[in-house]
Amino acid sequence: MAKKETPLLDQLESGPWPSFVSDLKQEAEVRAKNEKGIEYQIPSDVVDDLLGVLELSYEHGVTHWKHGGIVGVFGYGGGVIGRYCDQPEQFPGVAHFHTLRVNQPSGHFYTTKYLRELCDLWDFRGSGITNMHGSTGDIIFIGTTTPQLEEIFYDLTHKHNQDLGGSGSNLRTPADCIGQARCEYACYDTQSICTALTLEYQDELHRPAFPYKFKFKFDGCPNCCVASIARADMSFIGTWRDEIRIDQEAVQAYIGGELAPNAGAHSGRDWGPFDIQKEVLDLCPTKCMWLEDGKLMINNKECTRCMHCINVMPRALRIGNDRGCSILVGAKAPILDGAQMGSLLVPFIKVEDPYDEIKEVIESIWDWWMEEGKNRERLGELIKRQGFQRLLEETGLKAIPQMVQEPRTNPYIFWKEDEVPGGFTRDINEFRKFHQR
Amino acid sequence: MAFISSGYNPDKPMEDRITDIGPRNFEEFYPPVIKANKGKWLYHEILEPGVLVHVSETGDEVYTVRVGGCRIMTTTHIREICEIAEKHCGGHVRFTTRNNIEFMVDSKEKVAPLKEDLLSRKFSGGSLKFPVGGTGAGLTNIIHTQGWIHCHTPATDASGTVKATMDVLFDDFKRMRLPAHLRISMACCLNMCGAVHCSDIAILGYHRKPPMLDHEYLDKMCEIPLAIAACPTAAVKPAKVELADGRKVNSVAVNHDRCMFCGNCYTMCPSMPLADDVGDGIVLMAGGKVSNRISAPKFSKVVVAFIPNEMPRWPTLTETIQRIVEAYAKDANKYERLGEWAERIGWERFFEKCELEFTHHLIDDFRDPAYYTWRQTSQFKF
Repeated sequence: MAKKETPLLDQLESGPWPSFVSDLKQEAEVRAKNEKGIEYQIPSDVVDDLLGVLELSYEHGVTHWKHGGIVGVFGYGGGVIGRYCDQPEQFPGVAHFHTLRVNQPSGHFYTTKYLRELCDLWDFRGSGITNMHGSTGDIIFIGTTTPQLEEIFYDLTHKHNQDLGGSGSNLRTPADCIGQARCEYACYDTQSICTALTLEYQDELHRPAFPYKFKFKFDGCPNCCVASIARADMSFIGTWRDEIRIDQEAVQAYIGGELAPNAGAHSGRDWGPFDIQKEVLDLCPTKCMWLEDGKLMINNKECTRCMHCINVMPRALRIGNDRGCSILVGAKAPILDGAQMGSLLVPFIKVEDPYDEIKEVIESIWDWWMEEGKNRERLGELIKRQGFQRLLEETGLKAIPQMVQEPRTNPYIFWKEDEVPGGFTRDINEFRKFHQR
Repeated sequence: MAFISSGYNPDKPMEDRITDIGPRNFEEFYPPVIKANKGKWLYHEILEPGVLVHVSETGDEVYTVRVGGCRIMTTTHIREICEIAEKHCGGHVRFTTRNNIEFMVDSKEKVAPLKEDLLSRKFSGGSLKFPVGGTGAGLTNIIHTQGWIHCHTPATDASGTVKATMDVLFDDFKRMRLPAHLRISMACCLNMCGAVHCSDIAILGYHRKPPMLDHEYLDKMCEIPLAIAACPTAAVKPAKVELADGRKVNSVAVNHDRCMFCGNCYTMCPSMPLADDVGDGIVLMAGGKVSNRISAPKFSKVVVAFIPNEMPRWPTLTETIQRIVEAYAKDANKYERLGEWAERIGWERFFEKCELEFTHHLIDDFRDPAYYTWRQTSQFKF
């Protein structure tokens, strides 16, 4: 079949930003020429048909992909997402167009050798189209046929020592920020714990036994580059509980204008000379910093570790030495009951291999959620439905003021019987002896 | 196209099966300078837009050139990334959480030739393959979802809206003139695969028509109780329906007044499609963030209730975003994120300065949190 013209998509080839349309077109051409003589295991014109079906969506203003479809690899309940085109006669190359989620290496570092191996596999058995990376963090292989799924999984596990990621009602592929690999702000080794917990919970990742999806994300510091606080059921955010380390000479260098504030992030505009009072001390949310005889002083006890001063003066201020992470729980996007941000559950916990203390928190939460969570109820929604106090009971954590923004504004406390002296059982006749009807 | 077996035997699926091995270990992939200095980094500096240096306590330095990438990427493009990484970076490369690509070298002299090489490469249509930027107080790459290229529930396209927006805002990817960093995100339906609900600016695909009901097939294709339970507003009820040929079937009825067009029923039941060329379009949100810097993380707020899908370049969308960015760039204080700026000046001023119309759609009426967004004070600005 002649390939469909794409006049609308062609208009997305101009302009400076990389054009995905141009990239897809170059791939279509490479597959058509097949200079490497690859024995393509799915239609060689798959990319032309993808462009065709996308053009059709640009004409119609609606998608042309069918709903779901249960496909997968034997023994796993996740990692593959079925996808079928609703115009298979017109675009046979993408009639089946399933996605595989491939568990990314933590931190998204690669050798080209490995990337090329994945490309070879995906050219041979798939469309040659990927996402680097999907929103959760996986390497996404977009587009292959049902018979290729087991073959790809076999190749991945046997030749590439590589497993699939999560999808469906299971642990989704955990993800992390760059962490200590290349960031001075990281309060713990995000890559190590991300990989360790991914390996520890392989069963939960591959075999859906949860009420709904569950996400772990590891942010090395409160700057939250992997957005854990907004989208992870359990968010691990690096922090410290001692003092910010100060290099007073470097502070002077910032004040004197020898060092650019915020690592040079604002160099694209003339903001005038750096003013430590205005730009650091006055913006500190707790006002716990001041200058004394030209020296920068910090009342660390009052610091809430927002990172602003450290971000502005990275050569003068460094994170503390007694490091660990805070655990926040229940973040999710709006569907269904509205968006939720993670709520602080564990203010500080050490992040040390083998992470036993952290695993205890995780597993106590899972036990509760798997017992009580309704079908398609995220952890955050369960916490709202049954209450934060229930979460504390289930995790065995003691209530502390750090957990709340403010105490409750209503007195409707669900006192438990054992909290009230004498219990709830009383004798109405005894009462009536002194109180007439 | 002869079928070539990997070695997998469909008759004995458990034979030699390898499972539960997880990802490759990250340590295999670290460049030598990263491996040697992990946990020892002292500070970093943005030397110019898109170019960073990190300095270690060992005295080692790593220079990073950050380039924008389309998250949808072909193997041909990945091979070109590999070629560049092999030529300049000892065969190492990494990706950021926002779909940027980072090429790292261990000395300053290697930066200029790498950058020159990257910027010299263009697609046949003229766009840059590897635009350098995305650092500091500027715009970085837009994270996004699949859209019409691969998803069954989108209300708009993802790659197209992102390309159109990045073209319009491209200068801010290459420079650092904004008051703080600006994070734009895109999700093609409210499932929001990605954290668009906490972005400075969020482009969100949204449906505006209740589901159509494919009565003849509904009971065969769906578990009716699941479709009913899926509705967060209890708008879906069981119903007996008489088809044109007189047959009576079990199906559902939708109370249109209660529908908020989330599409959750369609997720559970393919016989309830929502998509519509006129009904679907974009909600624009603003003022969210995930960082804990200065103020707490914030949700994005709906600032434009609906922008129609205008393929292929969504001009109303990109013009509106541009207006918001320019107003923010002009008016916000140094270090102030878009949401912090809006809160300081007041949202009534935000609409004025961004020249956005405020409509009744923007006042929350969904459950409890709505009340907390109304104004419970006599303080406001005229």
